[in-house]
Amino acid sequence: MKELVLDFFSFSDPNVRYVVFGSILLSVSSAIVGCFTFLKKKALVGDVISHAVLPGICLSFMISGTKDPFLLIIGAFITGWLSIVVMDYIIQNSKIKEDTATGLSLSVFFGLGILLLTYIQHSGNAAQSGLDSFLFGKAAALVGKDLVAFGIIAIAILVVVFFFYKEFKLLAFDSAFAKSTGIPVKRIELILSSITVMAVVTGIQAVGVVLMAAMLITPAAAARFWTDRLPYMLLFAAIIGAFSGLTGAFISYAAPAMPTGPWIVMVVSLIAVFSFFFAPKKGIVIRLVKQRKIQRRLLEENILKSLYKIGEINDDFELARNQAEITEMRRFTPNQLVSGLKRLRLQGFINKKNNLWSLTQEGYQKGQRVVRLHRLWELYLTKYLRIAPDHVHEDAENIEHVITPELEKKLEALLEYPEYDPHQTEIPYRQ
Amino acid sequence: MDSFIIILTGSLVAICCGILGCFLILRKMAMVSDAISHAVLPGIVIAFMLGGDLDSIWMLVGAGLVGLLTTFLIEFFHQKGRLQTDASIGVTFTWLFAIGVILVSYYAGDAHIDAECVLYGEIAYVPFDLVYFSGGELYFPRATLISGALFVVSLLFVVFAYKGLKITSFNSDYAKSLGISTLAWHLVFMSMVSITTVLSFEIVGAILIVALLVVPPATAFYSLNA
Repeated sequence: MKELVLDFFSFSDPNVRYVVFGSILLSVSSAIVGCFTFLKKKALVGDVISHAVLPGICLSFMISGTKDPFLLIIGAFITGWLSIVVMDYIIQNSKIKEDTATGLSLSVFFGLGILLLTYIQHSGNAAQSGLDSFLFGKAAALVGKDLVAFGIIAIAILVVVFFFYKEFKLLAFDSAFAKSTGIPVKRIELILSSITVMAVVTGIQAVGVVLMAAMLITPAAAARFWTDRLPYMLLFAAIIGAFSGLTGAFISYAAPAMPTGPWIVMVVSLIAVFSFFFAPKKGIVIRLVKQRKIQRRLLEENILKSLYKIGEINDDFELARNQAEITEMRRFTPNQLVSGLKRLRLQGFINKKNNLWSLTQEGYQKGQRVVRLHRLWELYLTKYLRIAPDHVHEDAENIEHVITPELEKKLEALLEYPEYDPHQTEIPYRQ
Repeated sequence: MDSFIIILTGSLVAICCGILGCFLILRKMAMVSDAISHAVLPGIVIAFMLGGDLDSIWMLVGAGLVGLLTTFLIEFFHQKGRLQTDASIGVTFTWLFAIGVILVSYYAGDAHIDAECVLYGEIAYVPFDLVYFSGGELYFPRATLISGALFVVSLLFVVFAYKGLKITSFNSDYAKSLGISTLAWHLVFMSMVSITTVLSFEIVGAILIVALLVVPPATAFYSLNA
């Protein structure tokens, strides 16, 4: 294993060099372009283009009779580009929805491509063998010439993105605003789709029709979970792309039966799925944790509030209560109540004695505050928004957990430290 | 006779797809069918490994399950992960497809299966693959039988489920407020779409099935709205 790794990373084998640098160039350039199509919510455009290049490749082979990569790329570019134009035209000029137009353009172009490919394969032209490598890619068979082509296109894409960065950014986030600032939106969009087609046309030779879509979408989707800023998103997407390109190439080097393209996609997809779950701030796990924290806090505040309100009845806040009394004041499920009480006790808000619960000084203050906020808010709604007193409870139930101490002070001052809420219940203040 | 069989088989599949496709485009899920049609590849390969041949019932079950898994993953990433729908579709199906291709190349040595046969199909071979009944006296092309059954099932499905499909497709919020389980309808409908995709892959190929699912309904939609 160690030997294998050393062999691979010394890059002494020219084949390894070609495959590695080809894969990285391809992954990086499509990842960067993909960020913009992703942000425009047109991620599947890559899928459409990659299917639509097939008829172009076949046509240019039929016309020229050779497999000159340059001619094939021109053919691919034309039909790939055409498919986007057709798709946009359908979306803008008919009631057909975006997803349908996407599927329409993709399947019709690809169907045409398969028709032509089948015709070529049955025509008996010996030169045709290998045309179908466009369908599944041949990353492991990249040669020096391919690498030069990839390099030129990757640099061209980077240069275009560099010079049109501001325009692309505006277009991706707010095309209506971009239009209003006088940017030639149509022309910029044309440039963006052109470099997208370019990225797809080159990439497709390495990873194939279907997986090309992943090279555009997946790094961008993964990067989006780690940052909110476009420059970082581009950088992360490029790094993720490069890493997957390298890893995919290594895997197919270590196990020669393994195809490079699908492994690149496999690696990039795993990174993406990992990001969906575990990215800080946006990941599913961290959001669930946050949600649970909030739910717990709401539960705890509601329990303290209930204990306080029970105390209010006989003006006895010291007396310990059992669970049934609390549940009578407000409905909690037994499990919720038990776990909430347990946590509150650990935090020092309540005391437990013989299975009876009473508020501590801190718990009393906190419960009182929630009740105060509830009643202040009810009064505010009736007084300033003229909402009927019997309609304000629900809203106050929510807002009582949210109001900050600063807001609380302002609310008190605005309402001039009122004594009673709209239901003529006393509003408690801290002594 | 051969061409009749080919045309009949193709038409049966096309009619089924057209009927289901109408609801698909009304649900704005045309691209989900594209995703399913690609993503069934690993299902087919795994079922092939387990069942041993391309006719087995495992194939159907495997591909059907993967179809549902695709739908589930797309919804999961979209709703729990808050990933936009288009990206969620793109990430999911390419991932599953990559798994499929990797599996194919892993077993390429000892199995008669290749990705191309799954993806592109070959309707011209339909008349040569026959099933015999009553001691060899009676025989039918297998694919024609399958597509005939598929045709009947999907017709019955749409006839009996018409009301539910219609209401959940046009206005799912309203359906929800009536107490209809939109999720259940979604899953039932998507399993129907995956089964259709799987059964037709040999005939028209898994990718071109999208054309049959999307193009006729879109044409009908356009002409009726124009």
